[in-house]
Amino acid sequence: MSHVITLNSATLRESAEKGGCGECQASCQSACKTSCTVGNQVCENEKN
Amino acid sequence: MIHKFKLKGHNIALDVESGAVHLVDDICFDLLGELENGLPGEDCPQGIKDKLSQYGAAELDEAYGELYRLCSAGLLFSEGDYEKYAGTLIASPIKSLCLNVAHDCNLRCQYCFASTGDFEGARSLMSLETGKKAIDFLIEKSGGRKNLETDFFGGEPLMNFALVKELVAYAREKEARTGKRFRFTISTNGLLLNDEIIDFINKEMSNVVLSIDGRKTVNDRMRGRIDKSGSYDSIVPKFKKLVQKRGGKEYYVRGTFTRRNLDFTEDVKHLHDLGFDRISVEPVVSEGEEYSITEGDIPEICAEYEKLMDFVLEADKSGKPFTFFHFMIDLNSGPCVIKRLKGCGCGNEYVAVTPEGDIYPCHQFVGAREWKMGNLNDKSFDSGKKREFAGNNIYSKPECLKCWAKYYCSGGCAANSARYCQSLKKPYKISCELEKKRLECAIVLAAEKAGPKEV
Ligand code: SF4
Ligand code: SF4
Ligand code: SF4
Repeated sequence: MSHVITLNSATLRESAEKGGCGECQASCQSACKTSCTVGNQVCENEKN
Repeated sequence: MIHKFKLKGHNIALDVESGAVHLVDDICFDLLGELENGLPGEDCPQGIKDKLSQYGAAELDEAYGELYRLCSAGLLFSEGDYEKYAGTLIASPIKSLCLNVAHDCNLRCQYCFASTGDFEGARSLMSLETGKKAIDFLIEKSGGRKNLETDFFGGEPLMNFALVKELVAYAREKEARTGKRFRFTISTNGLLLNDEIIDFINKEMSNVVLSIDGRKTVNDRMRGRIDKSGSYDSIVPKFKKLVQKRGGKEYYVRGTFTRRNLDFTEDVKHLHDLGFDRISVEPVVSEGEEYSITEGDIPEICAEYEKLMDFVLEADKSGKPFTFFHFMIDLNSGPCVIKRLKGCGCGNEYVAVTPEGDIYPCHQFVGAREWKMGNLNDKSFDSGKKREFAGNNIYSKPECLKCWAKYYCSGGCAANSARYCQSLKKPYKISCELEKKRLECAIVLAAEKAGPKEV
């Protein structure tokens, strides 16, 4: 019997290697203008 | 570091540094409760077995073994070594601009951080000359970045719609010559929308933020005109028309909730009933007013977010799904960790420009003279301030570094910290607590979408 279901992999660690291109939009450009939620932004790196 | 919590029948363990999310059963959840600092070895320590004697020893060994395998795979109690990237942020080009084209407004919203449209200065509209200088400034400072963003903001940007049109044309012409790609967005209170403006926005703006607080009574109490009459009846038909004609492009109806409507799920439901399917409702930024949110309100707001989460699921099931901005999370991709550790980019990659050509770290700093970074007309720009903001990332904030939400929240809002904590380095407690609750809800929603609950 399994005790754990893992929903995803080590996505953050994997993202470091090809990340940091800086092409995605600033978080306050999206909808909020009052808080910083970077986690829900969209990556725009054409290489990913 | 891990963060574990129970919500809506799920036991969830987030491995902070790797980003892995696990649904665990009760045994694992209780084991993790005894293993604050990680697993001491391959076998479950006898002391823990004695403590968790409600479970059988064999069962505990099995569950512990599974946790151990996750650790070995770098998916539990993993270490992050991302600090090396923090140093690379200093040289970031500026690639996003908030253009305050009108420091004037045709509403007098009580909670407006722009102090009823004039930003604590004189009411004014941006000139074409200043607007063009701002676009030129962005192109010049953007270095190798291809995607540039410009948000038309205010006050109410439609009070200077002629300028918006001219600047979009100006930037489009520059696109061809510079190889840059401009993306425009606009935030509006809707009063001045007409067919011509709607068509222009739908053609040119990649995103549009439509301000409305929800139920008519809630909206009209805060969002009144100069003569105190409400705005709801005028804006709702216009917003509906804009969205109908938008052809699936991005938009948000965006509201603010205050202490007066801590039952804001009702406002989200109302906006959903009106037919909107991209909704954002956010806590008011304010202190010391009767409608300001206080630390004492946090438990009630957290409970309300759970209600809202239930409504999101309900709407999904009834075939009328919608997106709630702050519950969006993509566990499989989303932004890279480098983006996540540097935060909103305020004062470094992102700046705001006023009608007078003054440059501020972002729209929420506008008017706070001590934070002014320069001016487009005298061509001044304080690169020391830019460096200060570039150094403002999760590694520069001791409390954030210890926080499980750091790669999602990214260190919070610098403007809130400056205003309410008198330091860029100190997070604003109310925002933190609400942010963390929203994230837990977002993770649970992702888990619900991923399928079966039983572990
Ligand atoms: S576009 Fe993607 S890879 Fe590039 S900085 Fe943004 S999140 Fe990271
Ligand atoms: S701002 Fe608050 S919630 Fe965000 S990372 Fe820092 S401590 Fe955590
Ligand atoms: S400081 Fe706050 S308001 Fe300004 S860009 Fe950052 S998150 Fe947005």
